[in-house]
Amino acid sequence: MRSTSIMIVGVGGQGTLLTSRILGNVGISTGADVKVSEVHGMSQRGGSVVTYVKMGEKVNSPIIEKGEADILLCFEELEALRWIDYAKKDASIIINTQRIDPMPVITGKAKYPENIIEKIKAEYQNVAAVPALELAKAAGSIKAVNVVMIGVLAKRTEIPEDTWIDVIRKTVKPQFVDINIEAFRKGYAL
Amino acid sequence: MKKLMLGNEAIARGVYEAGATVATAYPGTPSTEITEYIARYDEIYSEWSPNEKVALEVAIGASVGGARSTCAMKHVGLNVAADPLFTAAYTGVNGGLVIFVADDPGMHSSQNEQDTRIIARAAKVPVLEPSDSQECRDFTREAFRISEEFDTPVIVRLTTRVAHSQGLVELGERENVPLKPYAKDPGKYVMMPAMARKRHVVVEERLARLAEFSDTTTLNRIEWGDRKIGVITSGIAYQYAKEAFGNASFLKLGMVYPLPEKLIREFAANVETIYVIEELEPFIENNCLRMGIEVKGKALLPLIGEYSASLIRERVLGQKQEKLNSINEEIPVRPPVMCAGCPHRGIFYLLKKLKLNVTGDIGCYTLGALSPLESLDTCVCMGASIGMAHGMEKAMGKDTARKTVAVIGDSTFIHSGITGLIDIVYNKGTSTVIILDNSTTGMTGHQDNPATGFTIKGEPTRQVDLVKLCQAVGVDRVRVCDPFDLAETERIIKEEIAADEPSVVISQRPCALLKNVKFNGVLKINTEKCTKCRMCMRLGCPAIVDRGTHVEVDPALCTGCDLCTKVCRFNAFERLGGENA
Repeated sequence: MRSTSIMIVGVGGQGTLLTSRILGNVGISTGADVKVSEVHGMSQRGGSVVTYVKMGEKVNSPIIEKGEADILLCFEELEALRWIDYAKKDASIIINTQRIDPMPVITGKAKYPENIIEKIKAEYQNVAAVPALELAKAAGSIKAVNVVMIGVLAKRTEIPEDTWIDVIRKTVKPQFVDINIEAFRKGYAL
Repeated sequence: MKKLMLGNEAIARGVYEAGATVATAYPGTPSTEITEYIARYDEIYSEWSPNEKVALEVAIGASVGGARSTCAMKHVGLNVAADPLFTAAYTGVNGGLVIFVADDPGMHSSQNEQDTRIIARAAKVPVLEPSDSQECRDFTREAFRISEEFDTPVIVRLTTRVAHSQGLVELGERENVPLKPYAKDPGKYVMMPAMARKRHVVVEERLARLAEFSDTTTLNRIEWGDRKIGVITSGIAYQYAKEAFGNASFLKLGMVYPLPEKLIREFAANVETIYVIEELEPFIENNCLRMGIEVKGKALLPLIGEYSASLIRERVLGQKQEKLNSINEEIPVRPPVMCAGCPHRGIFYLLKKLKLNVTGDIGCYTLGALSPLESLDTCVCMGASIGMAHGMEKAMGKDTARKTVAVIGDSTFIHSGITGLIDIVYNKGTSTVIILDNSTTGMTGHQDNPATGFTIKGEPTRQVDLVKLCQAVGVDRVRVCDPFDLAETERIIKEEIAADEPSVVISQRPCALLKNVKFNGVLKINTEKCTKCRMCMRLGCPAIVDRGTHVEVDPALCTGCDLCTKVCRFNAFERLGGENA
């Protein structure tokens, strides 16, 4: 298969780890070599969190570097801006239109940048702004934001919808399967 | 069949397949998951030990008793366990003994960036270094074999990117390894001078044999490519180098101590320019230079932080990645914060308000050093808060002690705070120690510890009674408070710092992320009552947001802990209900 580098960026606690697990398992089901890299610990406590998923015939480095990401999956607007240099020029950039203020903004020491989506759209062709929080709510849980985002991403790959749904069914806890599949479909339908 | 596994999970799998029966650890990022995954295997006895020293001693005991045994820790944990390690190198093993140590280049979750290879060399213990999840599993099995063949503890060194990356792993079956017979052997296991002198000779002979082994083992291999460039590398740096140098020749080292000198010479003789690519210390590089082999390494690449393929391309090959956009926005940093609902917030709010000197320790509460709480003055190592508060009192006098407190978590206090407290009592100090008892080991992801009353398997066990423990070592003034009862906690802290004797304040409230912690629904700000005085902003709660024109509560983050209602003088916070209700 064509090698694909996916970067997932967000704020600690947004469920990026589950996202990377689902993406990794989808990669395996297509027969690819897969590496997923994440950082645990202090950076998770509400800090900026980045996870890398790489798949292809043979993957060496588990991390993605500037200008290398085929897909930038952003769970929060400011984090999209922070990591935008990592996207390829023709990357698929998917941004959840959610704003979570970091402590320097909360305390008034820094300003949250304005019009982030417009600024990114001005530089990149393939940008999707997604109201994932509302879609997750509609699917039954605000915690399903991550699976809505996976749905949006899935539509932009050649991997069939059934493969994704099958992996989600096997990866999430049984009691959350229905909500998550519903959330996936809402993202996929965009 | 191949399975996607975290490096740490693959280590656990290797331990299982190697037939080990005893595994110990103290949690520490990035090593923690090794033992969490081991605990899922019923065939292996596993435990969270109070600290790394005890953990290693238990593993050594199990090895002497004939079992394949393991111990896992982060790099700084090896400092705590160094005492047993250095002498276990002399005694050697009975059942195989493998120690997993995870370094943290870039300090994602650590207080320093030390390199375990140097400690291992000082302890005269061989080191293997895997570069992906498959090697984590394979090298673990081989490490047990080496340990038994050479009668030595073996260290498997990981770094964050290996420990916390997932890769595909081919699994094997568990070996059935019976307990080796136990026989008294004081010449081997009682390290007093007469015996130790003889054992040191054995250690040096063993290292020579290990060096020969390093030249022949398949753990070290040459990948011939274009011979203009030869790259000597190991661990995660190998993966970065493969991407950066492509078709060059590689000497990929899986055994990094002792190094394979013959193999290095053979490689060096057949390539034009040699680069050594290794994160942190120039361990391989200095060894090559000592052998008289000209290599380039730290002259081009940093001693500090993590490497990457692009860093190597830029520094070594002069290829810089161009920026692909013209976005030049000022981007506010997003430092980690204490969670909404965190019980530590109440204590740090008060310590700042009272303008105290605060010696700190290792855990989530180290975040109390950051804005806006900004009340932690020091953080050095596990348990240091207590000794340092005592030291400040002895240097600066009792007036300082009346303005100083040590703060330490429950798990950290058990780890190495108790001895510091005994020191205060014994040497007539008057310091005040606040134990932040949140009923778990928070920062590493909620491991049980002796103060929680549960084992690693979640089985109920005898719980250390912190009040009785402090009383038993001679502290007469032990007080318990709820950090969300700000008025009462403030009164207690004031009384205890004023007291002319040692005191301990145990601040009890469970971590807000624990499953059994429930509040009664989220809050909102009544804008008619709010005077925008921004007292609540001093709490540094991520759920309370200053919008410039007004202050509001983010309902997605608010836990409903109510702490804000206690600092608001205008009763502007009202309960909304909602998902957490």
